[in-house]
Amino acid sequence: MNILVCIKQVPDTTAIKIDPVKHTLIRDGVPSIVSTFDAYALEVASRMKDKDKQSRITVLSMGPEQAKNALKECISKGADEAYLVSDRVFGGSDTLATSYILSGAIKMLEEKNGAPFDLIFCGKQAIDGDTGQVGPEIAQHLDRALITYASDAVMEDGKLKAKRESDEGYDYLTADLPAVITVVKTAYEPRYPSLKGKMAANKAVIPTLTSQDLSGLDLAHCGLKGSPTKVRGTFTPTHEKNGQKIEAETGDEAGRTLVKLLSQAKLIG
Amino acid sequence: MSFENYKNLWVLIETEENTAKNVGYELLTPGRQLADKLGEELVAVVIGGQVEDVAKKAIAYGADKAILVEGDEYYQYSSDACTYALAELIKKYQPSSVLIGATNNGRDVAPRVAAKIGTGLTADCTELGIDEETGNIAWTRPAFGGNLMAKILCPDNRPQMGTVRPGVFKKSTPDDSRTGEIIREDLHIDPAHIRVHLLERVKEVAQAVNLEEAEIIVAGGRGVKSAEGFAVIQKLADALGATVGASRAAVDAGWIPHAHQVGQTGKTVSPKLYIACGISGAIQHLAGMSGSDTIVAINRDPEAPIFQVADYSIVGDLFEVIPAMVDEIEKLKA
Amino acid sequence: MILNEQSMELVNLVKEFVDNEIIPHAAEYEKKNEFPEEILDKALDMGLGALCLPEELGGLGIDNVTMFAIAEELARGDLGIATTLIANCLASFPVLIAGNDEQKKMWFDIMQEKKYAAFCLTEPNAGSDASGMQTTAVKDGDDYVINGTKCFITNGGIAGIYTVLAVTNRAKGIMGLTAFIVERDREGVSIGKEEDKMGMRLSNTCEVIFDNVRVPKDHVLGREGRGFKYIMQTLDHSRPGIGAFGVGIARRALEIATAYSRERKQFGKAICNFQAVQFMLADMAMETEAARQLYLHCAQLMDAGLPYTMEAAMAKTKGSDVSVKAALDGLQVMGGYGYMREYPMEKLVRDSKILQIYEGTNQIQRSVIANQLLKKIK
Repeated sequence: MNILVCIKQVPDTTAIKIDPVKHTLIRDGVPSIVSTFDAYALEVASRMKDKDKQSRITVLSMGPEQAKNALKECISKGADEAYLVSDRVFGGSDTLATSYILSGAIKMLEEKNGAPFDLIFCGKQAIDGDTGQVGPEIAQHLDRALITYASDAVMEDGKLKAKRESDEGYDYLTADLPAVITVVKTAYEPRYPSLKGKMAANKAVIPTLTSQDLSGLDLAHCGLKGSPTKVRGTFTPTHEKNGQKIEAETGDEAGRTLVKLLSQAKLIG
Repeated sequence: MSFENYKNLWVLIETEENTAKNVGYELLTPGRQLADKLGEELVAVVIGGQVEDVAKKAIAYGADKAILVEGDEYYQYSSDACTYALAELIKKYQPSSVLIGATNNGRDVAPRVAAKIGTGLTADCTELGIDEETGNIAWTRPAFGGNLMAKILCPDNRPQMGTVRPGVFKKSTPDDSRTGEIIREDLHIDPAHIRVHLLERVKEVAQAVNLEEAEIIVAGGRGVKSAEGFAVIQKLADALGATVGASRAAVDAGWIPHAHQVGQTGKTVSPKLYIACGISGAIQHLAGMSGSDTIVAINRDPEAPIFQVADYSIVGDLFEVIPAMVDEIEKLKA
Repeated sequence: MILNEQSMELVNLVKEFVDNEIIPHAAEYEKKNEFPEEILDKALDMGLGALCLPEELGGLGIDNVTMFAIAEELARGDLGIATTLIANCLASFPVLIAGNDEQKKMWFDIMQEKKYAAFCLTEPNAGSDASGMQTTAVKDGDDYVINGTKCFITNGGIAGIYTVLAVTNRAKGIMGLTAFIVERDREGVSIGKEEDKMGMRLSNTCEVIFDNVRVPKDHVLGREGRGFKYIMQTLDHSRPGIGAFGVGIARRALEIATAYSRERKQFGKAICNFQAVQFMLADMAMETEAARQLYLHCAQLMDAGLPYTMEAAMAKTKGSDVSVKAALDGLQVMGGYGYMREYPMEKLVRDSKILQIYEGTNQIQRSVIANQLLKKIK
């Protein structure tokens, strides 16, 4: 099996705080991590490799040079090699442009390997942008089968079998290879890097793929210029109300007062 | 790109096993307003097995017209089939905008269609408007786990596409006397092009958790402390005829299934009354429930951010407060 | 000394694992009296069960400095878990010292597959004095037949493979001892009672019984009659690890006591403001660092190929003495709370004590140090 995992390096959004005065994001000192769902995707891929030791896992990311740290983390967790797509002309890409560029990089790698990746994994969404669009868009650009929102996936008799979350429960789906799969939180946690993996990651040389390496790309579809969606403005949401505080000697009394107030306001009863 | 040929605002009414998802009907509410402002028609697009009644219902909820695609391949969601049908319709009719519910299926088909057509898509919108200057749709969406809201335009491509979270908008009161044309489109994908197949569908008990539709939600968080603690939450919910919700902390701790989760990675809800018990009110949680009409917060920590959004606040132990509430509600009923 | 960058990275990775996976859960396992298999499985996946596996056999090939620094981190988390993992190294050293290539391959293959290995030396009547050994191995054709009972064997009940010291020629005394490799699934190998220990409770300590166990002669490590020498080399090699364990425990005691002293208020201020408490903390810190430098220095000598017998005994003795003192003093800083099971300090007291006993009591270590001194200074 030849597996590709697409990952994104993101600020740990659970550590982001809001400046209470300026209402802007405080990003200083916020650690960069492999986006949570991408880490789950890598774990699902790694479990496939555990079963079929011949498998090879390649990791791909787009972003600034520092994103190589995230790729190294993936190598420490068992990925075999990694590539970073990075070029100034790719900056400011929205999901459509990003997926277009990544698809170009995938095509280049597949050409180099002489075969398509059997499986391309993505997280269901990155935890900074939360769009969840790049994975399905890659599937479309490459015209591959797509399974989104998978909480588990295994290979069975040469076919992909995945458990996909639905609104009512889950579906078991099967797909022929090659396929693209996006992964939600799995029942298991991503593994720790092995000591050996950590040593390998230290030594790993991660090639940077620039627009020159990806000569098949039409630069009109890349970067800020090639992005159909434009951010017109951002603001931090404020949720402030001057609610009524129910003061009472005991919790019991407070509870009873609350019910009376809600009933008077015709909210219950 | 000439925009003259691109007219009308579409809402995809997602169906599954011949039943419409509520979010489709919900989107007809802002869809109607936007279409009126733009002077365009509001068109419901219904793709499914046998779903003519869904198309009719969409008109009752405010659509001017409906485009109906029926076929066995659409009875249960197929990414390949649905992408094919929606993209074909867009190429033929050239709508100016397409709204799609941000369900798992909606978030599966929308980006594929956007990539196929080569247009912009804004995910998980919580607010829709019109940019005064340009007349484009202004899509507002949360990012960074709800810490930041971004206003996004798609000025140079058509159609403008967006997915919208379920529960953000409310269905209007249906008017069954409304009439509108139902256009049938006979679209069938070559079966060889369907690459993913459904082996088995498992519906969980969680089906009963319909947070988006609930009038009252009683939600528990870290302060509930255990799975057993949720029995107390359930008791209050039963007394009020409410649905039980939960914060991510409670779900991650395994005290209650994910289907109950409210917030950025769970459901967005807007009930008449939301009672938050032992929930601190992380921004990710607020993002999912701050649209509730009335919010009650019960928490031991007086500094908990949940109190900032609460209409009624009790600083206290939920295990003292809630049993008293249940008792008092029973008295009211008697 | 200070660790180089690569060692530091590995040590930090282990620290992260300890902070997230061991410290939050160890007390729970101890309370339930349950073997922490889930934690250990994750540790094994990381490669922590095969720290001594050489590079040519697919291992890490890390130096002794790094290996012992990792041992310190593990013991900071839980001594039982640390001992379980490092016991694999202890059991492997005789193979690395005396085994041939086939033996090494077989040994590590089985150890990796069955997860654990155990070193079977101690007997009811042969502790510090190996000449009292009762277990025998009698040559019979191309085989040896082993009979005897080993006790206090770490990993005894969970190991898939053992190194065993047995008497092949009683007349020759310690020169009549031979080291063997014995697989767990050989007929006649059985597990006796599991010990109910004061501390180090997350490790498995058992009797291992050999009843007419037949092993082929290619299971002899090195030469017949050289077993005692290999075992002494093994213990020399593993001793700085016990010192590192002690440093790990002392560090944890210091961390807990320091944090507590900042929180705990008496006479209107946090007790860390009182000199009496400050001096205790300062002494704990100073002794811990001294013990750390001792084991690191010994490891450096090992890596440089220099003699280290005396330094190994010093590192072991100092590290274990420091850990017992630090745990007791840490408990004292916490007062009555320290004595309660609800708080983590009493466990460190119970855990640390074994370090003064196993792999050669500290009394034996002092004899070793003195013997070396008497040899050196004439």
